[in-house]
Amino acid sequence: MFKFVLLKLAQLIPTFIGVTIVAFAFIRLLPGDPILLMAGERGISPERYAQLEAQLGFDRSAVVQYFDFLGNLVQGDLGTSLVTHTPVMSEFMSRFPATVELSAFALLFAILIGLPAGVIAATRRGTAIDHTVMGISLTGYSMPIFWWGLLLIMFFSSTLGWTPVSGRISFLYFVDSVTGFMTIDTLLAGDWPAFLSALHYLILPAIVLGTIPMAVIARQTRSSMLEVLGEDYVRTARAKGLSNFRVIMVHTLRNALITVVTVIGLQVGVLLAGAILTETIFSWPGIGKWMIDAISRRDYPAVQGGLVLIAFIVMIVNLLVDVAYGVINPRIRY
Amino acid sequence: MKRTLLAAGIAAFALGATPAMAKTLVYCSEGSPEGFDPSLYTAGTTFDASSKPIYNRLIEFKPGTTELRPGIAESWEVSEDGKEITFHLRDDAQFHSTDYFTPSRPLNADDVIYTFNRQMNEDNAYYKHNNGSYEYFNAMSMSELIDEIVKVDDHTVKFKLTRPEAPFLANLAMDFASIQSKEYGDQMLEAGTPEKVNQQPIGTGPFQFVNYREDAAIRYSANPDYFRGKQPLDNLVFAITSDAQVRYQKLRAGECHVMPYPNPSDIDEMKQNDDIKVLEEPGLNVAYLAYNTQQEPFDNPDVRKALNMAVNKDAIIDAVFQGAGQVAKNPIPPTMWGYNEAIEDDVYDPEKAEQMLKDAGVENLEMNIWAMPVQRPYMPNARRTAELMQADLAKVGVDAEIVTYEWGEYLKRSSSLDRDGAVILGWTGDNGDPDNFLAVLLGCDAVGGANRAHWCHEPFDKLIMEAKTLDDQDKRAELYKEAQVIFKEQAPWNTLAHSTVFMPLRQEVTGYTIDPLGGHSFEGVDLE
Repeated sequence: MFKFVLLKLAQLIPTFIGVTIVAFAFIRLLPGDPILLMAGERGISPERYAQLEAQLGFDRSAVVQYFDFLGNLVQGDLGTSLVTHTPVMSEFMSRFPATVELSAFALLFAILIGLPAGVIAATRRGTAIDHTVMGISLTGYSMPIFWWGLLLIMFFSSTLGWTPVSGRISFLYFVDSVTGFMTIDTLLAGDWPAFLSALHYLILPAIVLGTIPMAVIARQTRSSMLEVLGEDYVRTARAKGLSNFRVIMVHTLRNALITVVTVIGLQVGVLLAGAILTETIFSWPGIGKWMIDAISRRDYPAVQGGLVLIAFIVMIVNLLVDVAYGVINPRIRY
Repeated sequence: MKRTLLAAGIAAFALGATPAMAKTLVYCSEGSPEGFDPSLYTAGTTFDASSKPIYNRLIEFKPGTTELRPGIAESWEVSEDGKEITFHLRDDAQFHSTDYFTPSRPLNADDVIYTFNRQMNEDNAYYKHNNGSYEYFNAMSMSELIDEIVKVDDHTVKFKLTRPEAPFLANLAMDFASIQSKEYGDQMLEAGTPEKVNQQPIGTGPFQFVNYREDAAIRYSANPDYFRGKQPLDNLVFAITSDAQVRYQKLRAGECHVMPYPNPSDIDEMKQNDDIKVLEEPGLNVAYLAYNTQQEPFDNPDVRKALNMAVNKDAIIDAVFQGAGQVAKNPIPPTMWGYNEAIEDDVYDPEKAEQMLKDAGVENLEMNIWAMPVQRPYMPNARRTAELMQADLAKVGVDAEIVTYEWGEYLKRSSSLDRDGAVILGWTGDNGDPDNFLAVLLGCDAVGGANRAHWCHEPFDKLIMEAKTLDDQDKRAELYKEAQVIFKEQAPWNTLAHSTVFMPLRQEVTGYTIDPLGGHSFEGVDLE
């Protein structure tokens, strides 16, 4: 097991280097020059332009800039944002918890709804319930986040007034940031109304972001349940006279979960991608919104630093998923 | 629709989270500020969050106008030769007392000198700390204009200029010239944290900074010692909401009181909502099509005039601005002093235009129309505008092709002297002075830069250069009016439109005026 983790970690190194190249090249391949964008309609004198270019190091060759970036990265330095003049790492870390919190609640929603829905659909295969569940999940899967988010806001927030339109917590509360997770910080502060407000603000964005993963999980659960239900050992279990509940929950679900866990692990990437749109709609102060701003301003250090960090996180999560197989399914040996 | 605010208010009352009668206005701002030191930035979003609530300037714009009024300077005198301006500072301007700074003295001449030194003196510690990146200060040529700033006494400061420059006073009312505290700056230097000045600002303005949660909210409280008196609002909150549709939904739901930049297509619906009122005013801007007057056959004024007459501008106002704009006949907007009302716009007359082109010996003309890829305050959709022009020009036998580039690239390439074709662009005023349009966009000095027509016409340039040196505003206005006549004859641009600014707010908001300069300020605003 230990050896397996080490091997996997070693495999991450070339992937990681590839990611740094892509991240570095991506923002530079986009047309657009941060200095010109900053100057706007007014324009900028060639002397001032050259001065700024030299100051920011953009006058050096791309290769030199890349190795400079890589060298600093190894030392944990992602550079400084061109716009706010603060270190990219601290900009990222102050926003990342918001994205994690939103993604966690979205995933919770996706699992709590998707998993039981898949199990129910599989055990009632071919019935009206099965068709309904699968129909809903197909619809959810095809729902464009932007449209779906606005639809829910207009219905639940503007018309019914049940949920707030956007934001992370009511402006009445200001809780000191300890962990950066609003739900945890409010609890640490012992401020119940603030905690409830934070939950209230989480409902809609979590549902919007969790819709696609929910659909994926429901469909995956159903198909792998169906596969396992056809196995010999399930028939044997039934032949032993075990209760239907026990057959489903212990013998079938546990085995079916292996592929479901893989799919859930893959959803982390989907969640981070979806978070960009969801955060934009709900004015959620996470890294998605931050990255969009950075890209539109061609803030090179922020974009490349942000991409590298996100890719790194996705890679680590996938590694953890690999490890988790062994825990869920003892038959897998490394 | 008042449910949420009401519920929040009841909750606050019950829990004692805020004083029961505290008045809090929530503004759904469109983006995050880049920082809180206005001298470092050029974006309106940043100024709304920094210079407007937190700071004052020597001279300020009278709310809702481009006229100047006293700010930190109670009065000022300009010397005979126009090269020395003496400011008399008020003695009751107190810097904010917060949990991170307590001032030991009221604002004085040292603070004024410090504010400008940090932007122009290369030896200043803040100049070094910020790598001299004071873009607005540089863009307004302030370092070339200011020769020296002298402290006469604690409450008198004298600016010595290198040349007489009438718009200089209006420059001092701009956001980058917000007066900062020397005492606070020095303290932060000593503590080794000069970046704090940009993160935890200290000013003399109507509101003081409380805290900022990145990309989410900024909170301010009323400055109890404000020299124009404490504000009717107790708290001001900026709820950062980047999507216009979501801002509107928040306004509807009562989660905010004021929102900027609505979608033009939502305006009608907003006007029908009983909870919302929509203020509107012509913006201090212009959208234009600039010919390359150094390129054949556009170097001929008759050709430019003919092309102007071939374009139906009313159709553009209807289709692109959806009524939220007016046809422009002059390069400066009608709300600005010096605007020449008497000028007659080129009449839309395709037949005459075709004849004029023929007379000028131009046949089968092929040209490029540059359409920018982004929405700007003065132009909702350049592509659509270009398509309408293309269709109009086809009717007079001109074959126009639409070209576009990424925004930064567009700005750069459109400045180049060998640009092929006419370019759609525009301008929003910085300081309300006609010089800020006529010299910046059409002066000989600006050719190859912001003068996209590459138009250097001596009679015109002479007038605007002379107007710069005069102190008397009426005389200046006369010269600008004359310059506009020359502009119209020479037609370096097709002046397209001045857009309308809309400001939706909830009924309970009183005292809000639209700032013609495009800013958003809550000084004097109240909630009923």
